[in-house]
Amino acid sequence: MATCWSKMNKSSSILKRSSLLGQSIPWQPIKMGAPLSARASSWWSGVEMGPPDPILGVSEAFKKDTNPLKMNLGVGAYRDDQGKPFVLPSVREAERIIAQKGLNKEYAPIGGEPEFGRLSANLAFGQGNEIVSSGRNVSVQTISGTGALRVGATYLAKWFPGNKTVYLPRPSWGNHTPIFKQSGMNVDGYRYYDPTTCGFDFNGAMEDISRIPEKSVIMLHACAHNPTGVDPKDEQWKEMSQLVKKRNLFAFFDMAYQGFASGDVDRDAFAVRQFLEDGHNICLSQSYAKNMGLYGERVGAFTVVCKDKEEAARVNSQIKILIRPMYSNPPVNGSRIVSEILTNTALNKQWLEDVKGMADRIITMRQELKDGLANEGSSKNWEHIVDQIGMFCFTGMTPEQVEKITTEFSVYMTKDGRISVAGISSSNVGYLAKAMHAVTK
Amino acid sequence: MSHFSAVGAAPPIEVYQLSRDYQADTHPQKINLGVGAYRTPEGKPWILPVVKKAEAQLAKDIDAETINHEYLPVLGLDSFTSAATAMLLGKGSPALKEERAFGIQALSGTGALRNGAEFLVQQLKKTVFYFSNPTWGNHGLVFKNAGFTDARTYRYWDKSTCGFNFEGLIEDLQNAPEGAVIILHACAHNPTGIDPSQEQWGKIADVMQEKRLFPFFDCAYQGFASGDLDQDAWAVRFFVERGFELFCSQSFSKNFGLYNERAGNLTVVVKDKSLIENMKSQITLIVRAMYSNPPAHGSRIVDLVLKDEQLYTEWCECIKIMSSRILEMRQGLRERLEKLNTPGQWNHITEQIGMFSFTGLTPEMCQFLLKEKHVYLLKNGRISMCGVTPSNLDYLA
Repeated sequence: MATCWSKMNKSSSILKRSSLLGQSIPWQPIKMGAPLSARASSWWSGVEMGPPDPILGVSEAFKKDTNPLKMNLGVGAYRDDQGKPFVLPSVREAERIIAQKGLNKEYAPIGGEPEFGRLSANLAFGQGNEIVSSGRNVSVQTISGTGALRVGATYLAKWFPGNKTVYLPRPSWGNHTPIFKQSGMNVDGYRYYDPTTCGFDFNGAMEDISRIPEKSVIMLHACAHNPTGVDPKDEQWKEMSQLVKKRNLFAFFDMAYQGFASGDVDRDAFAVRQFLEDGHNICLSQSYAKNMGLYGERVGAFTVVCKDKEEAARVNSQIKILIRPMYSNPPVNGSRIVSEILTNTALNKQWLEDVKGMADRIITMRQELKDGLANEGSSKNWEHIVDQIGMFCFTGMTPEQVEKITTEFSVYMTKDGRISVAGISSSNVGYLAKAMHAVTK
Repeated sequence: MSHFSAVGAAPPIEVYQLSRDYQADTHPQKINLGVGAYRTPEGKPWILPVVKKAEAQLAKDIDAETINHEYLPVLGLDSFTSAATAMLLGKGSPALKEERAFGIQALSGTGALRNGAEFLVQQLKKTVFYFSNPTWGNHGLVFKNAGFTDARTYRYWDKSTCGFNFEGLIEDLQNAPEGAVIILHACAHNPTGIDPSQEQWGKIADVMQEKRLFPFFDCAYQGFASGDLDQDAWAVRFFVERGFELFCSQSFSKNFGLYNERAGNLTVVVKDKSLIENMKSQITLIVRAMYSNPPAHGSRIVDLVLKDEQLYTEWCECIKIMSSRILEMRQGLRERLEKLNTPGQWNHITEQIGMFSFTGLTPEMCQFLLKEKHVYLLKNGRISMCGVTPSNLDYLA
């Protein structure tokens, strides 16, 4: 085979190990002889185009649109009433305090700082809860909620002694499925959303859950279900907890909106705490992306509630073994902010006000949208807009109606009719009502 | 009955356990030569002054609302990835001019290795990978967890000479199956500190080209090894000039001292730029299912510094400070060992480069140092030169 460089002469084998100490070896560009393209095609020719991300696609299209009245109701990131990203005052203050401390940049422990884990578990389970005080939780810092789910899924894929299938509510956050599949878990579902009522299909859920094979994993959205905004009522949660127990299922809670849903961190943790009270040793993924507005800092936590401290130690050691080959140890900029807020009484109080402010604005927009539709003369039942909770609203609009509202009114949302209420402001809620009425009447 | 009763306790990870043991030790002359993080002559962690400046600037930017805490794109901060890729390949690289290179922001070096390894398994169905014997403790784990099923080593360290087993390396690569992924250390080999010479790199490239092996460089010490960014990137650039397609994981933990911010980049060099969009779309899916999008803070700092002429110059000075201190300590240790007529040859201490030195000490000798002398090092004889200071140099020798 012809090569474009001369073969090395075997006898000239004394290759001096050049000392790089103190000597600057100039970079020598090597001149190419015959082109290599003749030899081999690229490694990547077989790589196909992956499916476009539906949510990002919405944002892309939105950016290109020149209509001054355009609205982006796609991505789930909070916006203030001027439609701008919101850096929480408590976060800003925490950052200033941290800057003064002159903390170093040394590696964090694999599972993050233990204090961060403890604070996160306490936030979820309630101050003074028995689980943290008896040390039977494993709580590690993760790369936001996604990272927590991935660590959890990987842990279950390796260590869960039962049926390695996770049952997701139908529908669920689009990323749940790839996370679990790529971790090696099977994915299945249980009925959740009732399109006829735009509400919770309680009977359907209970029926399906009662048929889930024993010792399977069931995923539950702790509050502010994504994408529907539909949450079970307290009494329904209680019944679900009993059924999950009866079926001997392992409960995996995803709590991405604690505080953000109702404005009250304890209220939003009701389901999680109910399950704990009922004796479930759950696992939990938490995100601080929304409730602290720390989206890009990637702060989250993964918790496994164990039987006792001894089991927690074993589980902890195994989780670290899974984290190390993923990213070794977590980024601290965001987690330091979280820890500062949760340990500083004044900041904590400020944060609770900040988060209530965000939740209240969302709730107000829901009401105004519903009122706006009524004012437009819509005869449809829009009660679900205010019954649903959290950042998202499943409007009930069909894909055709969504298409229409986008092309005719430059209102951008995902095909399933989901809108991000955070993208609505007092200045454009009227326009949105008009547009929605126009395509649904 | 708990779900997890059968979960066994995993063995502690050596390098972290070592740190814990060191912390617990009360001996006044204890020395920590375990973890690879830079230390000042006083033995303290060092936040680079230029990093402090960058962070102060970012704080102002948040106040001014020119930046915020919103999500970064899945593949990272564009300006950061271009700057990182250019820093590695050199601004004049043919790959850059021809638009055949791109970067993906990653969770430091580990994350870049993981992203790349996942892609190779999922998209190219790779199964075989090679790492040097010895290598960084996490290489095998990253690749195995990414789905590689056949882990093999190529010879590297020659115990008898405390040197480079180059012939063994070449032989092992000659015998590698076509398409095998080869993990290569771009510079400052961890743990041995021995790098191939330019001629040796040439031979390695020959074999890899002939056998159609895929180079996956790990570049965790660019600038940190010799003090010169271009010099430390020589091997990677050489492979690019030779026409290879390659991956290179970059870490900014050491050269920027940003250990806990997890700033990294995966540089990808391809032959055919029309394939890039497809590749990016697939890597996007991998990232989405692992962590959705990367942490902003570390990448913003690096981006600021690499873009600003003044800050960049300051940073280059910081790198020189760190790399020179290491060189001085190497010099100092070797001199003292030779002065004490310590049995064996000690020239490898100064001939090796970077943060680590493979002393050639046996596990038993390491145990002795640990137990009797309170000197903490890995049982393979690796010492971190960062832990050596003017004040403990004599004790160590």
